[in-house]
Amino acid sequence: MSVSSLFVLIILGVVAAFYFSRTRSLNLARGLGGIKNLHSLPVYYGIQAALWCALPCILLLCVWTIFDDAIIRSMVVQYLPAEQQNLPKAEQALLLSSIENLANGVNLSNAGQFQDIADRINSLRSISNMALTVLLFCAIIATGAWGWFKVKPQYRARNGVERVFMLSLLGCSTLAIFTTVGIVFSVLFESIRFFNIVPVHEFVLGTQWSPQLSIREDQVGSSGAFGAVPLFTGTLLISTIAMIVAVPTGLMTAIYLSEYASSRVRLVVKPLLEILAGIPTVVYGFFAALTIAPMIKSGLHGLGFDLAFLGVSFGPLEVSGESALAAGLVMGVMIIPFVSSLSDDVINAVPQSLRDGAYGLGSTQSETMKNVIFPAALPGIVGAILLAVSRAIGETMIVVMAVGTAARLTFNPLESVTTVTVQMTTLLIGDHEFDSAKTLAAFALGLVLFIITLGLNFFALRIVKKYREQYD
Amino acid sequence: MTDKPLKTIDRVNRTLGKRHRAEKRFRLYGMLSIGFGLLCVLFLFTNIIGKGLNGFTYHFLELQVELDRETLEITDITNENQILAANYSGVVKRSVYEFFEAQGRKNKASARKLIATEGTGYILQGRLKENAEDLVDTQTTVWALVDDKVDFYLKRLGDPGEPGKHEFNEQQLQWIHEAVEAGKLKRKINWAFFNAGDSAHSEEAGIRGAVMGSFYLLLVTFCLSFPIGVSAAIYLEEYAPKNKWTDLIEVNINNLAAVPSIIFGLLGLAIFLAFFGLPRSTPLVGGFVLSLMTLPTIIISSRAAIKAVPPSIRQAAYGLGASKMQVTLHHVLPLAMPGMLTGTIIGLAQALGESAPLLMIGMAAFIPEIPAGVTDPATALPMQIFQWFRNADAGFNEKASAAILILLVFLIIMNALAVWARRRLERRW
Repeated sequence: MSVSSLFVLIILGVVAAFYFSRTRSLNLARGLGGIKNLHSLPVYYGIQAALWCALPCILLLCVWTIFDDAIIRSMVVQYLPAEQQNLPKAEQALLLSSIENLANGVNLSNAGQFQDIADRINSLRSISNMALTVLLFCAIIATGAWGWFKVKPQYRARNGVERVFMLSLLGCSTLAIFTTVGIVFSVLFESIRFFNIVPVHEFVLGTQWSPQLSIREDQVGSSGAFGAVPLFTGTLLISTIAMIVAVPTGLMTAIYLSEYASSRVRLVVKPLLEILAGIPTVVYGFFAALTIAPMIKSGLHGLGFDLAFLGVSFGPLEVSGESALAAGLVMGVMIIPFVSSLSDDVINAVPQSLRDGAYGLGSTQSETMKNVIFPAALPGIVGAILLAVSRAIGETMIVVMAVGTAARLTFNPLESVTTVTVQMTTLLIGDHEFDSAKTLAAFALGLVLFIITLGLNFFALRIVKKYREQYD
Repeated sequence: MTDKPLKTIDRVNRTLGKRHRAEKRFRLYGMLSIGFGLLCVLFLFTNIIGKGLNGFTYHFLELQVELDRETLEITDITNENQILAANYSGVVKRSVYEFFEAQGRKNKASARKLIATEGTGYILQGRLKENAEDLVDTQTTVWALVDDKVDFYLKRLGDPGEPGKHEFNEQQLQWIHEAVEAGKLKRKINWAFFNAGDSAHSEEAGIRGAVMGSFYLLLVTFCLSFPIGVSAAIYLEEYAPKNKWTDLIEVNINNLAAVPSIIFGLLGLAIFLAFFGLPRSTPLVGGFVLSLMTLPTIIISSRAAIKAVPPSIRQAAYGLGASKMQVTLHHVLPLAMPGMLTGTIIGLAQALGESAPLLMIGMAAFIPEIPAGVTDPATALPMQIFQWFRNADAGFNEKASAAILILLVFLIIMNALAVWARRRLERRW
């Protein structure tokens, strides 16, 4: 039987175990004079039996389906001719997978001479499947029956069920830890492999980035150049532009909304600004690339600076169609609501007594803001800005769509630069051999990105938390 | 008299004007930044809507097509293969020549270039598949798709510089304008956009595949992240002891909420695709990655919802003899459910617009088929927008704008639903 029909079988068994155990507990209770004589409610006896049936059987099914291919494979190796048995591991694996394809009825490569082995795989598979079916059938009946027999008036079914329930809740909450561990491992291992090919100092300090230059497959070590400094400067440039837009606007918005605006204005303006945070980044990217970039190009092109008294004169401005300015501006607009809502929280957390004190001494609202509230809220605001910076650094779609892929070491916002995230996507789209320096480089960049954003978040959260405690 | 010390009030009065001006300036800065933000919203929306609406319409030419057996190369109308493989572009071309009264090889070529013969052929094929017997050997009217260059030109007729005009010769321009004046060449809603999957030709490309892909993505995401997120929130709020382990879980959840989405893509690529060998470009893997991403959002909002349930409810339930699990499942959870659902909808709305992780697991692919399940290769709405954006063809750019509008409509619906759920179901204690 197929895995899905076996699964249905298990479910049927579980339902039966539930029903019969519950009925049995009810019958027992009737004999004793009502369910008050049972330790737990009948439904718990049912659930208890169902769990006893479900957990072992599902485990069996999973373990079997995960391992049976590997076991069959190791059994098949001995049928291979002697010369194939002595092949290196990788080639043998390739051969085996082509034989398996043959067994599945797909003859992609010239594995025709192994038809007999393919047949053998098929027969082994059907044996394994039969064994699984029989075993599972027995297991369902055995575990179900066991659960049924355990139903006794004194039996503490509820406690058992609640323990399983609690453990599953715990399991769900630890998923967050597993995710982090998964991220760290997936990024770290590939990065270590990358740093075996390209030395760390070359990656961190090199100023040449051209990963596409590989000429031959076996030339991994010497292919291209992996100096990531242009990517870092590009990311920094775009994030700086974004921050120049987002921080003053977001901060002033927060100040106005929390100190000046009437509650009605607040009620209207705040959700309207939050819209900016809800728009998908792909839309911003589209907007940056097709509307803002051409606007900047046509608006600034031909504008020249002639600062003759400084002895400097620039000719007509060269504006790239993929300028860092366009991406940075749009990214800044995207981050405005982020900065404003975070700083709004911080400003509102400053106690009213500080304001009243300042007003009592005769300061105007803006003076109170500038001299009292702002300094008091500064740590929190810094935290908010750090979070915004980490957002800008990790932002992908806007830069992928609006910025080029050529790595240039420049701080001119009108030129095209590239960022860490852009390079990660260009390196990984399409090509998925995990052994070329090119794809591994993406993971190394991911590691850098992860470390930087994690560090920023960690500090920001600590600052915000510490500051909040001050006034609580 | 002159060196009599200034009274405080005088000193205040002397600077008061300046201070009030500073106050006004400060206020103005605040209003300006709010104005800037609102202006951005307005500009973004007018820009996107203005561009996007073009993508829903297309120019069609009303053609009389003679469906005779000889030109169609059909001998047996009951044979489905023949119907499928018939020479539809042949009959379309012939009626195009007739329509424009094109004579000679050069003129015929000019006329042919004005119509998307293949796309029109598909329309005829679809009709014949349904009812071949009645249609073959008759004349039928079809709204033929024009070439995307014609569409581009006609949509921008009033614009300065007449974009797209240089693509046509005198004869073609004359034909186009004659057809428009005769009312035969009309701008209509392009229904194929809603019903078809992706295509190599912009006039035939549709959004259906991407919408279905996004639907399956969200389905997987919801089925995974909602139960897991709610369970985690229940554990952390109701069960977790105060110890290092709980702290670790909380720190992890907070950090994951701020990890850039592209990193989740790397995780999906290295763990789900490379390690577990799950199929690429499928909503299943995409859903896994997106649920890991939305989990922090759901956990945080669910915890807030559980916290909002007053302790008196729990105590009343305990007082009646309920066990901890009964208190949680029978009393706390139902009361916290509206808040949890609101958080989940907001998390799913984020997941719907998310692109970077999907890019990493290969969902930015050309997939003309409409996916029928979670393990079919599929693309998603943001990925489809990205794909069409990258296409150099102007017709696809228009499609991308239209797709953005559809994505925004879905997002607005979801957020409105969340607001409605909060207003309608929320209880104040």
